[in-house]
Amino acid sequence: MSNFAEQDARAILEKAVALSKADECTARLAGAVNGNVRFALNNVTTSGVVSDASLEVQVAYGKRVGIATINQFDDDALTRTVHRAEELAKLAPENEEFMPALEKQSYKPTPSYDESVAAITPEYRATVAAQSIAPCRADRLVAAGFLTDSASLSAFANSNGNFGYQRATDLDYTCTVRTADGSGSGWVGRNVRSVAQFDADAAMRTGIEKAKGSAGAKALEPGKYTVILEPAAAAGLLERMMDAFDAREADEGRSFLTKKGGGNRLGEKLFDERVSIHAGPADVDVPVLPWDGEGLPREQIPYVDKGRVANLQYSRYWAKMNKAKATAMPGNIIMAGGTKSTDELVKSTQRGVLVTRTWYIRMVDPQVVLLTGLTRDGVFYIEDGEIKYPIKNFRFNESPVIMLNNVEELGRPIRLGGAGGESTTLMMVPPMKLRDFTFTSLSDAV
Amino acid sequence: MLRRDFLTLTGIGLGGLIAPPFFGRTIAAEELSSRLDMALKKRLAGTALDAASKSGASYCDVRIGRYLQQFVITREDKVENVVNTESTGVGVRVLVKGTWGFAATSELTDAGVAGAARQAATIAKANAKAQFEPVQLAKVRGVGEVSWATPIRKNAVEVPLKEKVALLLDANAAALAAGANYVSSILFLVNEQKYFASTDGSYIDQDLHRVWPMLKVTAIDQKSGKFRNREGLGAPMGMGYEYLDGAASGKVHLPGGVIAYGKSYDMREDAIAAARQAREKLTAPSVTPGKYDLVLDPSHLWLTIHESVGHPTELDRVLGYEANYAGTSFATLDKLKSKFRYGSEKVTLFADRTQAGSLSAVGYDDEGVKTQRWDLIKDGILVNYQAIRDQVHILGQEESHGCCHADSWSSVQFQRMPNVSLEPGTRPLKVADMIAGVENGIYIVGDGSFSIDQQRYNAQFGGQVFFEIKDGKVTTMIEDVAYQMRTPEFWNSCVAVCDAGDYRLGGSFFDGKGQPGQSSPVSHGTSTARFNGANVINTARSLG
Repeated sequence: MSNFAEQDARAILEKAVALSKADECTARLAGAVNGNVRFALNNVTTSGVVSDASLEVQVAYGKRVGIATINQFDDDALTRTVHRAEELAKLAPENEEFMPALEKQSYKPTPSYDESVAAITPEYRATVAAQSIAPCRADRLVAAGFLTDSASLSAFANSNGNFGYQRATDLDYTCTVRTADGSGSGWVGRNVRSVAQFDADAAMRTGIEKAKGSAGAKALEPGKYTVILEPAAAAGLLERMMDAFDAREADEGRSFLTKKGGGNRLGEKLFDERVSIHAGPADVDVPVLPWDGEGLPREQIPYVDKGRVANLQYSRYWAKMNKAKATAMPGNIIMAGGTKSTDELVKSTQRGVLVTRTWYIRMVDPQVVLLTGLTRDGVFYIEDGEIKYPIKNFRFNESPVIMLNNVEELGRPIRLGGAGGESTTLMMVPPMKLRDFTFTSLSDAV
Repeated sequence: MLRRDFLTLTGIGLGGLIAPPFFGRTIAAEELSSRLDMALKKRLAGTALDAASKSGASYCDVRIGRYLQQFVITREDKVENVVNTESTGVGVRVLVKGTWGFAATSELTDAGVAGAARQAATIAKANAKAQFEPVQLAKVRGVGEVSWATPIRKNAVEVPLKEKVALLLDANAAALAAGANYVSSILFLVNEQKYFASTDGSYIDQDLHRVWPMLKVTAIDQKSGKFRNREGLGAPMGMGYEYLDGAASGKVHLPGGVIAYGKSYDMREDAIAAARQAREKLTAPSVTPGKYDLVLDPSHLWLTIHESVGHPTELDRVLGYEANYAGTSFATLDKLKSKFRYGSEKVTLFADRTQAGSLSAVGYDDEGVKTQRWDLIKDGILVNYQAIRDQVHILGQEESHGCCHADSWSSVQFQRMPNVSLEPGTRPLKVADMIAGVENGIYIVGDGSFSIDQQRYNAQFGGQVFFEIKDGKVTTMIEDVAYQMRTPEFWNSCVAVCDAGDYRLGGSFFDGKGQPGQSSPVSHGTSTARFNGANVINTARSLG
């Protein structure tokens, strides 16, 4: 049992809360069915389905907290778990930053669940793999890819009468296409809300075009270039910058948002005025659960508004210490853009470099969010509005804070899930034309 | 690749590491020392093997796993969290019509495991239509009923919580007294109780232990808004709590006043050094970019070995199985045939899952193969890869290397990196003597920022502390250092490796690979080594 209906989840949670004699109790139930298929070298390699659920009980006596969890749901199991949490709380040291259980909250449901994704079968996954492999076998190309789908639930109740229940689904597809001689490599990724939005054949046409087009790359000198980052290329840099929007880190003096002499840079204009970034759980393109891991209600919140730092992330503890409003951890990142596609941005570019995706992005210096990483699976030289030829991969050393001051133009945002492993947040990201992007060395990798 | 940061787990960002956020269910401390009944495991395994055979499987393996973790998380004078987690369940892998199928369940009942076996067979049959080359499995002789355990002196999960909290808070207090503005410390303890059974006739019970003390110290200059971090020099180890004893025999005194650690870690002492060095980093001169001879401490070099030798010699990457995520490899099969010169003749790099204290040391891998040691690069020449049962035939070899691993009962096993280590130099050579021969160089201690391309050619590495070497002497600490390298040139520039007296392990619990992503623990041993003429860049930037 892993996907409980609301009334079953509520019964388990409320029973657990009622069993506790501690000052307060919060119970959380999570369950998921995850399915996937993986293929490589034009063959299916692994495939599976995993189903699991767990109940977590958190209790507190004063500032002493205990947590115990179980994946059995009968009465005896619930009783044992609550008692175990209570024993742990009595033994635990006081946590000076303890925050009490949430009062009853008001949550607005969001469209995070889609029945067509929850209904995916092993046959569907195998068909997508076959659709990906067939055109590559026919064209002396080699496909490697991954389709993953999940249907999950999140539910909780506490001794203040707070309760939440919602289901969510996710469908993510990525495929790398390589030429048989290894001289070209292309990539395509799709993260969608429903099965109807996913077209494996169309996706494969993009991957194949990139693979063929990237063969025989020329070497360009490293240096500063005008670049067009496709959304998958920009997502990893953007996400790492948003990780630093934490008020406490900034106030403590260890963030790019720290102010010289003390305090933070809330309200300052740090980016090009065309840069606006917000989070919102009910966004029609990237809906997420209406609460964060603590149960705080997510709201639409601007983080960057026309280049200005509009909000920082306040934990409940840091909000209390600073008389600020606590903000739920956002579930998505939504960056505003324009109306042009990546192709249209290319047409308006005199000279530049088009980057399909970025890879192995790591922090070099958190003081300025300096990141290093590499381009991958399709880099092209643009001249007079046209792609002229493929070029070899580059290593970059660049800060997204600097990058978002060098905006030439932003295109139409698209939905991204994992972006091939370089980000983890559900995002809307536009393609970006940026000047003076810093490439520091060449890579021989294809 | 190593997965990035620990932020989601702890909020403190110990660069380069990630934990699946509290993977598994949280449990009380006393449960950590209990075990699943052996008779139950054997019966469930038998049920699954039987159900798989009846569903048409020509081969089946069953892994019953109980994965226990304990985190003790502190900052300054506060205990932020203490979490015990457990994840228990069964994973069943079957081969039907030459195609793999896998399913897993947390239901420890005969009905549950038989259902998983049947589901795995159904999945294999569905996928057979997109399988053009049937799986070929290297033979493994069943070993009957055997057991293996990590050799430990003190079981970390049995040490009282109070003692662990005291260790961390004492280290934090020492760092603050030595000039740190902030300090975070974590103990991460792991016990994996793994049972493996297969239709080959093996029933293998293993008890694995690992410990990882983590430290991060921050110094701030509020006036300038500048801050610098220094992370701990302790390593994750395949040991018990004895690693935290801080024994003098585990310490290595090095040039620049650096104290490094071998098979024992003194967290308090390292916290004090970290605080002083983080403060010194605030005013250390910025490096002049250019060519330098690098002297790399094992606390740094392990990560370069991991990225530029460990990954390129994974056979699944070489063949293209990881092309969609972790990438492929420049070390292609033709290079094996042509005896490719990977490094200088000083360089021998070996794989080894038997080394005591290392993270990937086990008795048998996750498809029942006894572990071993073998050479990957011998005297600078590429001589072998890392391969498992369904791969070794490609190399013309008959036996698996024993490096198959799954990070959970619910994950399917596949080829993972064993410990890959650099052999120490055969002639006596101490670190100070190595530095004495360097005219213009940089001495790097600790691992920092790391990034490498998907074929493992172009890499960039930072560190924790950097010292300028001038005319054979360590002169001053410097900052903003990173070196960029191309793998074969880098290893061919290796001109010396210190002797076995300096050999130490580094590593991570979180080598990431596969889709869905899996973590794997791995160590890399080395002595300090010298690399001539490296390209060093200056990483300082200003936001204006």
